Amino acid sequence: MYRYDAHDQKLVDERVAQYREQTERFLEGKIPADEFQQLRLRNGLYVQRLAPMLRIAVPYGMLSSKQIRKVAHITRYYDKGYGHLTTRQNIQLNWPLLKEVPDILEELASVQMHAIQTSGSCIRNITTDQYAGSAKDEIEDPRPWAELLRQWSTFHPEFNWLPRKFKIAVSGSTEDRAAIQVHDIGIRIIERNGVRGFQILAGGGLGRTPVIGSLIKEFLDPKHLLTYTEAVLRVYNRYGRRDNKYKARIKILVRAMTPEVFSEKVEVEWASIKNGPGTLTSEEIDRTKASFACPKYEVLRDINLEEALITDNEAFRNWLKQNVLPHKISGYAIVNLAIKATGVAPGDITDEQMELIADCAETFSFGELRITHEQNITLADVRQKDLYTLWQRLVTAKLNSPNLGLLTDMICCPGGDFCSLANAKSIPVAEAIQRRFDQLDYLHDLGELHINISGCMNACGHHHVGNIGILGVDKKGQEFYQVSIGGSANSSAAIGKILGPSFAREEIPEVIETIVQVYIANRVSEEYFLDTLHRIGVQPFKDAVYRIDD
Amino acid sequence: MTKVIKNSKITDSNFILVREKDIDIDVGNQLFPLSTYLQNLETLVGRSDYGIWIDSHEEIEVLAEKIYCDTIALNFPSFNDGRPYSSANLLRQRLKFQGEIRAVGDVRRDQLEQMVRCGFNAFEMAEDTDLEASLASLQGFTVNYQTTADRPEPLFRKR
Ligand code: SF4
Repeated sequence: MYRYDAHDQKLVDERVAQYREQTERFLEGKIPADEFQQLRLRNGLYVQRLAPMLRIAVPYGMLSSKQIRKVAHITRYYDKGYGHLTTRQNIQLNWPLLKEVPDILEELASVQMHAIQTSGSCIRNITTDQYAGSAKDEIEDPRPWAELLRQWSTFHPEFNWLPRKFKIAVSGSTEDRAAIQVHDIGIRIIERNGVRGFQILAGGGLGRTPVIGSLIKEFLDPKHLLTYTEAVLRVYNRYGRRDNKYKARIKILVRAMTPEVFSEKVEVEWASIKNGPGTLTSEEIDRTKASFACPKYEVLRDINLEEALITDNEAFRNWLKQNVLPHKISGYAIVNLAIKATGVAPGDITDEQMELIADCAETFSFGELRITHEQNITLADVRQKDLYTLWQRLVTAKLNSPNLGLLTDMICCPGGDFCSLANAKSIPVAEAIQRRFDQLDYLHDLGELHINISGCMNACGHHHVGNIGILGVDKKGQEFYQVSIGGSANSSAAIGKILGPSFAREEIPEVIETIVQVYIANRVSEEYFLDTLHRIGVQPFKDAVYRIDD
Repeated sequence: MTKVIKNSKITDSNFILVREKDIDIDVGNQLFPLSTYLQNLETLVGRSDYGIWIDSHEEIEVLAEKIYCDTIALNFPSFNDGRPYSSANLLRQRLKFQGEIRAVGDVRRDQLEQMVRCGFNAFEMAEDTDLEASLASLQGFTVNYQTTADRPEPLFRKR
C-alpha cells in the first residue's frame, strides 16, 4: 500500500499543529462557534447527539496492521473501546473529547493517518473496490489513481468551500464494487483498442434526490486525470447552487444544465489547463503504482474448495461458502469478515477485535486489510491452505459471522442513537431484523439480499440502493419507517421504489419477512431477489405487505 | 479608516468599496461594482485611482482583456461561499492579472492561507478581527500537492 514520503508526513504533522492551535483558540473563546464548526468539520469532528464524533480517514479503505493497532489503542485510551466502520470505508469514534482530538490526531499522524476532509463541504475520502489488486475481474488496480486523487484533493485551496460535500469513487474491474454510479464523480477504468483510460460519470448520488450518474467523458487519457477532475470541480464550485442545501449537490447542477451542457462546460474549462503543469508525469504514475505492487505471492496450486467443502465442520463450511471469494492468483483467496454479529450495531468493532484482525492480517495477508463500504473487513491475500487456521482464530473473536452479502449483513447508519440529524433510530431496527432471521440455512437459501437502513434523508446507510431499503421518517414527532425495494449498488445500479405508507418500528421485521415470503413463493429455480422482483413487479409485494394491517 | 493586510503588513485601506446606488464615478479611491466599471470603461481608462469589486456570483471572465486598473476586490458574502477562490485563481492563472487581489466581506483568519494560495494578496477582514493575530495565519503548510496560483508546479513534479 502507499507509504508516506517526507512530504506527505510533513503535511499531516503540520495539520496536527494547526488544528491544535485552532482548538486552543476555540477553547479560549477566540473563534466563534459557527466558524469553529466549519474548521472542525474539515477534520471530521461532528458534535452529535451525545458527544462529539470523530471520523478518521482511511483512504480507499486500506489499512496496515500497524495502523489498525493504533486505532485500537486510540479507542481504548480516548474512547469507549470500540469504533464504527462507515459506508465510506472510514472509521468513526463515537465518544472522543473535543479537547483531546489534537492528541488523537497526533497519534494518528504517527502511523500515517489523519482525519482531513472526512466531513464538511469539501472533497471527501476517495473510495474504491475493496478487492482492488486481488479481484479476478480486474482490468487495472484502481488504488494508484485513488491515491493520486487523494493527494490532489487534500487541502486543495480552491475546493475547500464547495456548495456541498463531494464524493469520488474509482473502479477498475468489470463488476462495479465501488458504486461509482451513485457518486458525485465516478471513475471507471476501461480498455479501448488495447489502451487504458477512464470513463467519467458525474452527478450520481443518494440523499434526498437519488440519481444515477451521467456519462460526461467517454474516454480520458490517464495522465489528464487531475486536470480534468479540477475542471469538473471548478464548474461545480462556481455554478452549483448555494441557496438551498438540499439542492446543492452536483447532481442537481448536472440535471439542471443537462449532462451534455455540463460536460461541454467542463471541456471548455479543461481546455485551458489540459497539458498544463497539473498533467501527471509518467514518473509520478509509476512511483504511485510501485507502492501498490503485488505482494510477494508464493507459487501455489489452487486447492479445490469444493473438495475442501467436504468437511464435517458445518460452521466452517458455511463461512467458506459465503465469506471467501476466488483470488486472481492461484492458491490464494479473498476473505471477508462480516462485522455484523447479531446484537451489535452493524460495523461496530471493539479494540480487541481490531487487534486480532491486525494479527490475522500480519500472519495471513501480508499485514494489510481493507474496510469495505458494506461496513465489513477484507483480508485480500490469504493462502487457501491457511483458511481453516484463520477461521479458527476468527471464531475466538466472534469475527466469523458467515453472513456476508446475506440478509443479515445489513448496511446501517448510526441513526438516532448517535446522530443529531436522525429522524429515527436505525441500529435497533437492524437488530430486530437480525433476530427475526436467525436461521442460517434459511438465509443461505435466500441468497444475496441487501438491506440498507438510514435514519434520515441524508442516506448515510444508502437505503436507496438496498435491495430492501429502510428509511427513518418523522411523523408528528413519532419514529416511522418507509420501505423501498429494488435498489441496487452494483454495475446495474438502481434506485429502489417506495412501497407505500410508512410503518412503526415494531412492524418492520414482519414487513421484511412478508417481502421475503413473496419472493420465495414466486422465485423460479435459482433466481435472486432482484431477478424475481424484476419479473413480477412491485405490486405483489405491496399487496402482501399492506395486508398486514388488516 | 479601514485597515487591510497587504503583502503581509497591516496598512490603511486606500479604497472605499461603493455599492451601485451611491456612486459618483468622478470621485477617486473607490472600488466600483463590476457593472459600473463595465458601463464606464471609456471614462475610466487612463485613470489609476480606482479599483473594481466583484461579487461571488459574478463571472470573472467578462473582464478578459478589459482590466485597466491594479486592484480587484473579490467579495465573500459569507465565509463559506467558495466561489471567490475560483475567481481569484482564474484571475491569476487565466487572465494573468498581476495586480492586487483583495478579499473583502466575511473574510476570516483561518481561511487566509487558502486565499493566498489561490492568488489573493490583500485582505480586508471581517469586523472585529484581530489583525495582528491574523498575520500568523497567512502562512500555512510548507507542503502543498496542487497546482495553484502561488505555486504552479505541483509537488509531484519535484518528487
Ligand atoms: S442517514 Fe441521517 S441519521 Fe443516519 S447517520 Fe446519516 S445523517 Fe445521521
